[in-house]
Amino acid sequence: MAARYGLRVVGLGYLAVLLVAPVGLVFWRTFEHGFSPAWHAVTTHDARHAFWLTILIALIAVPANTVFGVALALAIVRRRFPGKGLVNAVVDLPLALSPVVVGLALLLLYGRLGWFGPFLERHAIHVVYALPSMILATIFVSLPFVVREVVPVLREIGTEQEQAASTLGASSFQTLVRITLPAIRWAIAYGVVLTTARCLGEFGAVSVVSGHLVGRTETATLYVQDQFEGFDLTGAYAASVLLALIAIGTLVAMNAFRPKEETR
Amino acid sequence: MSIVVREISKSFGDFAALRDVSLEVPTGSLTALLGPSGSGKSTLLRVVAGLERPDAGEVLIAEEDVTGEAPQRRGVGFVFQHYAAFKHMTVYENVAFGLRIRHRPRAEIRERVGELLRLVQLEGFASRYPAQLSGGQRQRMGLARALAVDPKVLLLDEPFGALDARVRKELRAWLRRLHDETRTTTVIVTHDQEEAMEVADRIALMNEGWIEQVGTPRELYERPANEFVMSFVGPVNRVGDAWIRPHDLELCAEPNGTTQEAMVERLVHLGFEVRVELVRDDGAHLSAQVTREEAAALELDVGQIVYVRAVRQTTFTS
Amino acid sequence: MASNAAAAAVVGSPRPLRVRAPVAQGLATMYLGFVVLLPLAALVWRSTRAGGHGFWAAVSAPEAVAALRLTLVAAVIVAAINAVMGTVLAWVLVRDRFVGQGVVNALIDLPFALPTIVAGLTLVALYGPRSPVGVSVAFTRGAVVLALLFVTLPFVVRTVQPTLLELDVEMEEAAASLGAGRLTVFRRIVLPNLVPAILSGVALAYARAIGEFGSVVLITGNLPFKTEVSSVYIYGQIQSGAPGTAAAVSVLLLAISLAVLLLIGAVRRWAWRHGS
Repeated sequence: MAARYGLRVVGLGYLAVLLVAPVGLVFWRTFEHGFSPAWHAVTTHDARHAFWLTILIALIAVPANTVFGVALALAIVRRRFPGKGLVNAVVDLPLALSPVVVGLALLLLYGRLGWFGPFLERHAIHVVYALPSMILATIFVSLPFVVREVVPVLREIGTEQEQAASTLGASSFQTLVRITLPAIRWAIAYGVVLTTARCLGEFGAVSVVSGHLVGRTETATLYVQDQFEGFDLTGAYAASVLLALIAIGTLVAMNAFRPKEETR
Repeated sequence: MSIVVREISKSFGDFAALRDVSLEVPTGSLTALLGPSGSGKSTLLRVVAGLERPDAGEVLIAEEDVTGEAPQRRGVGFVFQHYAAFKHMTVYENVAFGLRIRHRPRAEIRERVGELLRLVQLEGFASRYPAQLSGGQRQRMGLARALAVDPKVLLLDEPFGALDARVRKELRAWLRRLHDETRTTTVIVTHDQEEAMEVADRIALMNEGWIEQVGTPRELYERPANEFVMSFVGPVNRVGDAWIRPHDLELCAEPNGTTQEAMVERLVHLGFEVRVELVRDDGAHLSAQVTREEAAALELDVGQIVYVRAVRQTTFTS
Repeated sequence: MASNAAAAAVVGSPRPLRVRAPVAQGLATMYLGFVVLLPLAALVWRSTRAGGHGFWAAVSAPEAVAALRLTLVAAVIVAAINAVMGTVLAWVLVRDRFVGQGVVNALIDLPFALPTIVAGLTLVALYGPRSPVGVSVAFTRGAVVLALLFVTLPFVVRTVQPTLLELDVEMEEAAASLGAGRLTVFRRIVLPNLVPAILSGVALAYARAIGEFGSVVLITGNLPFKTEVSSVYIYGQIQSGAPGTAAAVSVLLLAISLAVLLLIGAVRRWAWRHGS
């Protein structure tokens, strides 16, 4: 029927124009002159350092947010305590904040004129314009994902399996490790994928706290901006393509672990 | 391994689920906690298991005071209405769970699990997942799992409530046979009086947080302590102050001094028996139960006038 | 689900089992406070350090106001477009069937997975000064809308999809058997059931659009009073060594985002109550 084809054309056309064409063009431009120039552009010292830094930050932020995310989810669903609603709301906050604002908040806490500034300076601890603040910024913006994925699953499972385990003699710890965690493992996996994607793609907050020191505090995303503004289009495109390939890998993982209600 | 519950009270907010409840469950018996929704029977069971903490009172299992103990240390086997199967484990792993966390040797676990799966007739299902089992199979697995750790007492919370009628009947009989074999002190919670009457040695009938009566099924049926018990445990006719069981209503073709007149409104043929629904001229409805032969002898038909009298009746002085 | 029927119905589920020690819960809450609340506290404090007067001066600066107006208006436009196109895409992914549908479904998440700066770069490449098709929206307000559309693409689609999936086709069949044409069926049966989900997605998209930074930074040229959005303005203030004004504008932006989040909550509760 005409309506069906019409909708299909409109929808897919929108996607093509907005999403596929721009990304496709950058892929084209990158490999336009062959694989070699692109490879060279992405393996310069600065580029390699930038990607290494991005991965390092993710290697710290993702496990931290996973462990504490699961703990927070368990607390939110299974325990009663005053201020639980507040905790729930605070977990969602990073999603509502502009990344630039996040960076600013960290500057105002750890920067030279911030709350901890004088203390940190006296002890020569470098947080802002150095790796620690970048890690903190990335943790901040990627915090909600594991919690938000685990909470509904925990709610749905209910406590009966855990009660059964306790009547069979399992201690709280044994119940947690053998019953609760396995039951939520796919929710955790999906949450980890989302968290990782967010960490690798973080730009605004890290841009504010890092100081953009090339070869020192530049992540892959900052590197892209730097190359673009320095008119090194090849470098910018090549780095972008690499990031895009990682993003596509993330998409595959997301589809593999996606909770069933969202798929066909 | 007896269970003794003394003066247990438990409230949830404003709602008093249990009021000063005391009960003794003799070793080796199968006792039913029977009652309507909200009577407190499940709460009492969970207090015995340690899944709820009572506000007052004591719980003794095998003569030991376990009131303050966590469920892990009470040695109870608990079977849940909705199975509480460990969905991510196979049937084998489910049943083996209690043994695994006690670090029993693998060979011992294998033998015990095999034995139990045979007992509950689930051999061959060991590597299946709960999702691949029917409801009845899942509940049998739940029983095997609870029995695996040799519990002192076995507690079943409406174990057949989520199953369809035919499976329920089968499992009832099966549970009774299992109990006769294992002789574990068992308490079963149910709202189905037929189930309780069929399965249990003793019934504790509960209502609104109290125990109304404790006794054998026969005692509850023939010597009910009050109106609630009488009407809960079986169908009953109420005529003024008198309470009359349907099978205690005699139907005659001719009046004699003590009979009352009534018209047959409906005949329900339930196999061997016939339920006769009657109405008197003052509008009161009665339900009588006669055998097929009796119904045939009276040539019962809808619209027919018969004469009714009570062979036996009970009154309660309140 | 609980087997103690009436009691459970009256007061909710039985007392939760202690799965983790209170220590772990305390640690997790401290983590949350340290990572999220502490920096935000510093932000709010700094924004008010110059008093109400200073706060007002900062947020009413002409450039700040222009940036805020552009941000909010662009976000509204983007939300509206997403409401329509998101629904269309969700429909095409749920009700239609064609080769490559799985790939298209996966692609929807690309704007989430892709770093925002890369998104901006791809848009500059195709729709910027060096555009191979001669179209350039660089340095125009259209660029802001374009970038925001890119990054907010998944939101409405992903909230509408599950709702569409759950929608009882029999409702539509019943309407058709009663004589309703396809458009009527859509208008009177399907759409009312989708509205809560659409609104939910729209609110998420709006909250995201207000704070978006990475994708707009390259293509808009960040021209003050013309194509500068609030996040870029804040960034500029930080770079110029005026963290106080940056903080004030940030707090205002945060307040608006929170208001939107509360709206999401209210919409969700409304939708839930009206049985979606």
